[in-house]
Amino acid sequence: MTNLTDLTLTGIRDGVAGGDFTATEVATAFNTAVTEAQEALNAFIVTTPEAALAAAAKVDADRAAGKPLGKLAGVPIGMKDLFATKGVQTSAASKILEGFKPQYESTVSQKLWDAGAGLLGKLNLDQFAMGSSNESSAFGRVVSPWRRKGDSAALAPGGSSGGSSAAVAARIVPAATGTDTGGSIRQPAAFTGISGIKPTYGRCSRWGIVAFASSLDQAGPMAHTVRDCAVMLEAMAGFDPKDATSLDMAVPEWDKLLSSDLKGKKVGIPREYRLDGLNDEVAKNWEQGIAWLKDAGAEVVDISLPHSKYALATYYIIAPAEASSNLARYDGVRYGLRELPDGANLQEMYAATRAAGFGDEVKRRILIGTYVLSAGFYDAYYTQAQKVRTLIAKDFEEAFKQVDVILAPTAPTPAFALGEKSNPLDMYLGDVFSVPASLAGLPAMSVPSGLSSEGLPLGLQIIGRPFDEQGVLNAGLAIEQRAQFSAKPEKWW
Amino acid sequence: MSDYRIQGATGEWEVVIGLEVHAQVTSNAKLFSGSATAFGAEPNSQVSFVDAAMPGMLPVPNMECIRQAVRTGMAIEAQINKYSRFDRKNYFYADLPQGYQISQLYHPIVGEGEIEITLDEKNPETSKKVIGVERIHVEQDAGKLMHDQHPTMSYVDLNRSGVALMEIVSRPDMRSPAEAGAYLSKLRSILRYVGSCDGNMDQGSMRADVNVSVRRPGEPFGTRTETKNVNSVRFVMAVVESEAKRQVALIEDGGKVVQETRLYDPDRNETRSMRSKEDAHDYRYFPDPDLLPLVLDDAFLAECRASLPELPDAKRARYEGALGLTPYAAGVLTAEVDTARWFEALLTATASAQNKPESEVAKQASNWLLSEFFGALNKLGKDLSTSPIDAEKAGQLLALVGNGTISGSIAKQVLEKMFETGDDAATIVEREGLKQTSDTGAIEAAVATILANNADKVEQYKAGKEALFGFFVGQTMKAMAGKANPQIVNELVKKALA
Repeated sequence: MTNLTDLTLTGIRDGVAGGDFTATEVATAFNTAVTEAQEALNAFIVTTPEAALAAAAKVDADRAAGKPLGKLAGVPIGMKDLFATKGVQTSAASKILEGFKPQYESTVSQKLWDAGAGLLGKLNLDQFAMGSSNESSAFGRVVSPWRRKGDSAALAPGGSSGGSSAAVAARIVPAATGTDTGGSIRQPAAFTGISGIKPTYGRCSRWGIVAFASSLDQAGPMAHTVRDCAVMLEAMAGFDPKDATSLDMAVPEWDKLLSSDLKGKKVGIPREYRLDGLNDEVAKNWEQGIAWLKDAGAEVVDISLPHSKYALATYYIIAPAEASSNLARYDGVRYGLRELPDGANLQEMYAATRAAGFGDEVKRRILIGTYVLSAGFYDAYYTQAQKVRTLIAKDFEEAFKQVDVILAPTAPTPAFALGEKSNPLDMYLGDVFSVPASLAGLPAMSVPSGLSSEGLPLGLQIIGRPFDEQGVLNAGLAIEQRAQFSAKPEKWW
Repeated sequence: MSDYRIQGATGEWEVVIGLEVHAQVTSNAKLFSGSATAFGAEPNSQVSFVDAAMPGMLPVPNMECIRQAVRTGMAIEAQINKYSRFDRKNYFYADLPQGYQISQLYHPIVGEGEIEITLDEKNPETSKKVIGVERIHVEQDAGKLMHDQHPTMSYVDLNRSGVALMEIVSRPDMRSPAEAGAYLSKLRSILRYVGSCDGNMDQGSMRADVNVSVRRPGEPFGTRTETKNVNSVRFVMAVVESEAKRQVALIEDGGKVVQETRLYDPDRNETRSMRSKEDAHDYRYFPDPDLLPLVLDDAFLAECRASLPELPDAKRARYEGALGLTPYAAGVLTAEVDTARWFEALLTATASAQNKPESEVAKQASNWLLSEFFGALNKLGKDLSTSPIDAEKAGQLLALVGNGTISGSIAKQVLEKMFETGDDAATIVEREGLKQTSDTGAIEAAVATILANNADKVEQYKAGKEALFGFFVGQTMKAMAGKANPQIVNELVKKALA
């Protein structure tokens, strides 16, 4: 009998629909895998085995009754703990929200349940999605299932969706939700040898997702294959009147229209991304990716994105600015943590609550954001950053007059060891390839494309035109078919 | 030009006033959430997840609130900005769940407009003044702290959190307490005509921040202070006066006015400092990334314009012109939309009951409403909104006077009976036998009796004491129990004395 936890999302769905196994058997297998891995990987903040079983039982009953099954019927998934789940703690990996159980369900998670998915638990992440290594979680760091050859050092699963990436790579969930503000789906996917797509800004409703930077935050799927991503994204996406920035567009049939035939397509290679001192293996892998896309029929074109070098600085002004305001609601007044020292007044309660509730990285970004919005600095930082953001978006607009998709590395290096990057700036530099697409609101995905000499996964990033998730997925599929990435972390937990 | 001056020890001072009025938008739902907005509901019973700023909640503009702001802008002939944007004003306070207020700093929905005020209703033509309005923007209201629920803690009521406000910012164009009062009254009148705010200052749905500075006439503006949340026209006028006097005294004593926020204490009729500019917040305004710019199309604007009612200035002109009312009467009748509505219903009823054009009965209706009816209501401690009879019934009464069925003095009695019983005027007249008589025979007989019984007075009259004429008429009316047609009585008395 097949090992159920090795199956892809579509494999599980089709197997349940075809009667090869029941949804309950699948949920049970993953519940067990989750339990076994929890201590070593710490991928979950909360596990919900009963919820997974209840959803599975409903799918099995529906199937027995001959009712039509949803797009994700029988697939248990992990939910990044940034999505509000009704009655289940939603913490954003922060002490300030510990114990907070929303009375509402996020639009995206509700859509997933409506499609027949079940909840295995809430996945760990960098606190308020701020970080690239999962080390800023208040509930302990996530350890990647991957290890370097002959080395047992704990590695970063990437961030901020590091619980999601680790769980999918370790085969303890078949798929997971992520959110991507400056690369938080793509970079962890690349670090752990899985696929993940950040759709066009506005494709997935932000309603019920704890906000980090509103103009950048986007939800997306993380899974083993490009097709799994396409199927899951179809279930997650769609117009939501409760989100004023939601795209009022029909959801395309990405899965049905998947095609790895790239004849007539042009792929842009941005020359500004060829950084001095770029990791050799990453550079080589990029060259390999170019060759694969040519092989798939695409024409490769050298392009320029001249303002790329300002993207990181721009991102680290805009995102903290929005965060400093978005996180003001965590004040100890209405929900979550309240620190009330004896005799404290309102201001002192705020200070004590926020001092105790927010982690260092969150505080750092609130301070940066507050600073760049302050009187006297606003124009020099925030206004300037918005102007540059417009220029970066224009770069892409120009490029997409010539090409259909852009190919670049997802991250400048393979996964690093936990604790290796103690300087926040070093950590920020790791977002260099992922941040531009976020600033421009473009769809972008990472697909696994090889292993480093140390045996760690590498990922390639495909960036597409606004609303052209199809083009991104198709190029991703072309790489996936040629990379034949089948490496798995050896089970050590 | 206002000649209002503060008499200081060192000479005359002119006061300069600007008002920022917060008007709660009339809408069933809040600006960015679907919550209800009724006044006086149980604490925290009108709060959605958005209003409480739960994690992951998002604002979505309520287009009805936007529509009301646009209609208000149109009513003051203001520029309507088809592109506007929401900004966040960041500060921490327990009544502000989001930690920021969504407002419009950089791109307000309404630009420059103006409001014409009349300072003396008796001389409207010579006492008009135009006050500039700089802008109107929409923003969220905050919740309310309750300090009286617990000995050591404060409670928060979020019912008002997220309710839509229009902030209507005037130019510093006012120069006296009277102008400030007239501006605020006129603005409230317009808002009520438009229906965009109920204008109930006592319930807090309209409140004013009063900016006051003083200067020597003709000199540049002085430093201003802002007195927050003043909640009646009378208080606004009092704030202007007391704050101007305080500033004059301060300057004349060698002090300097500091730019600061002040509070008004109505019990002591004085303002006191709340916070100075030095500890003013840095609000860190920036465009709200949860909301797209608000872009209004022509169809939306056309609908807003088409839905505007006749506004006070136009109505007043029509009353003076087409209806021939005095400027004073037109001013009083149009000052409040409820009065105008009542008057127009009365006019329609009076005219149709007599089958006459409205212009013919307008003066009668206006005089009766302003003197008789308001007086009668006043005696009962009531006003138009609580009147025991409606305009339709009042119109029927006026028609009975108009067609000579009853006299004006009998009409007063009938009105009293209508208040008591709620019956129609005609029923009462019939039941009580109050119909006016034009029977010349009966009146002639009564006149003859009066003259016979007052032979001495007739002598005096004939000797030149013509004032006695009224006495004979009055006695005749009395003898006829008030039911004689006064005109015929006049004629017959004149004839008998000739």
